[in-house]
Amino acid sequence: MAKYLMLKHYRGAPASVNCVPMDQWTPEEISAHVQYMNDFAARLEKTGEFVDGQALAPEGTWVRYDGEGRPPVTDGPFAETKDLIAGWMIIDVDSYERAVELAGELSAAPGAGGKPIHEWLEVRPFLAAPPTITECFHQ
Amino acid sequence: MNEALLRSLTPSVLGILVRRGADFAAAEDAVQDALVEAVRVWPADPPRDPKGWLVTVAWRRFLDQARADAARRRREDRIDEEPEPGPTPAVDDTLQLYFLCAHPSLTPSSAVALTLRAVGGLTTRQIAQAYLVPEATMAQRISRAKRTISGVRFDQPGDVATVLRVLYLVFNEGYSGDVDLAAEAIRLTRQLAAAIDHPEVAGLLALMLLHHARRASRTAPDGSLVPLAEQDRGRWDTESIAEGVEILQAALARDRLGEFQAQAAIAALHADAPTAEETDWVQIVEWYDELAALTDSPVVRLNRAVAVGEADGPRAGLAALAALDASLPRHAAVAAYLHERDGDLATAARLYVEAAHKAANLAERDYLTRQAARINARRCH
Repeated sequence: MAKYLMLKHYRGAPASVNCVPMDQWTPEEISAHVQYMNDFAARLEKTGEFVDGQALAPEGTWVRYDGEGRPPVTDGPFAETKDLIAGWMIIDVDSYERAVELAGELSAAPGAGGKPIHEWLEVRPFLAAPPTITECFHQ
Repeated sequence: MNEALLRSLTPSVLGILVRRGADFAAAEDAVQDALVEAVRVWPADPPRDPKGWLVTVAWRRFLDQARADAARRRREDRIDEEPEPGPTPAVDDTLQLYFLCAHPSLTPSSAVALTLRAVGGLTTRQIAQAYLVPEATMAQRISRAKRTISGVRFDQPGDVATVLRVLYLVFNEGYSGDVDLAAEAIRLTRQLAAAIDHPEVAGLLALMLLHHARRASRTAPDGSLVPLAEQDRGRWDTESIAEGVEILQAALARDRLGEFQAQAAIAALHADAPTAEETDWVQIVEWYDELAALTDSPVVRLNRAVAVGEADGPRAGLAALAALDASLPRHAAVAAYLHERDGDLATAARLYVEAAHKAANLAERDYLTRQAARINARRCH
């Protein structure tokens, strides 16, 4: 049992196979894509593996502390930022292999021409709570 | 009201319903409903016979549900066809439920969830909170698990080893949320030990008790990990240690060694040492040899290398480590520790950083990063 984040990028991932941008799809193709994503999440709920799924707006703000008694400094958005997160899905699965299998399915979502996008998704394990039995900490 | 006591009645009540002819999935739902009802009603109106009360309420729920069901004809026919069961000892039912919920056709996460609900009597919400997943997801996981085992006969003999693996998983998850999973795993293992006389069940129970005894000392107030050698041994739970040691000794005396007994023996040797320096590492290495012969697990060999390093010096530990695959989890952490003891601080610091990078949990990563920082500070001054 381990949680994984399946991360979808607007930018920063290697190019997908079917890389026609969404604004050049037909409305039906967009509907089919959205339907695929919803069905995928619903299916994961049924298998008892779904934890969370969220989409993010492409534009964000950079914020940092600017010292005692001063308001935070804000900046951006920066158009040149290389890596841009589009959204994520969190799954709770029995193995890394299962996480990869599911990411592969999600990457098959249809795009232009109704063909799979073959989009690169990033799969990252959560850092979990430490196990009760940590034999290695003999030291 | 003692909720643990109420929950301890879960398996025998469920067993009675199943033996009366209720199918497992429906019976399990009915027992859950009865438990919820008991929590509501008992404080004001405690029954004289709690188990009888639960059986009556659960059975009534089951029948109501069966009648409301569209397939009611079929179901009632089947119940009618079942012969009236004779009296059967509840202890058998409990054991059968453990086997069923740990059935090999289930994935580990489904077996864990089903065991906690059907044997442990926890609600779906509690289990979902403990494993940090939405309640709807956990509900689906459980109902899917029930469907998976719907064709399995209740009285089919099972394998104790599969049950022990499930309970070990529950224990090792630690604790998060409202439910103390480690304590729940101990309760369930204790209950299993009462239902079956098996040295490995005793071994696992001893192992859990011995590790649980150190729980309070394992983390600092800020949540950071405290390694065994630096733990305040005065905070170890001596009662839990005494019980674990006693159970282990009785199991070992039967001369049917298994991996949980061997792991418990190692934990007992640590528990037995008044100070870290007085740990009997030579005996611990011998137990790791036994364990390696039983499981052939690379993780065991890794831990053995640590023990060898303590018993025969860091060079011997590094030699033992050299025979192991460097991609093993925690390999770098063990190597870092042994190099530091050997006086090679530069290598140790580099390996601690590498180990932190590979750590599978936050507390361990922070611990390893601190080790690297500590050595770097010493090297600079």
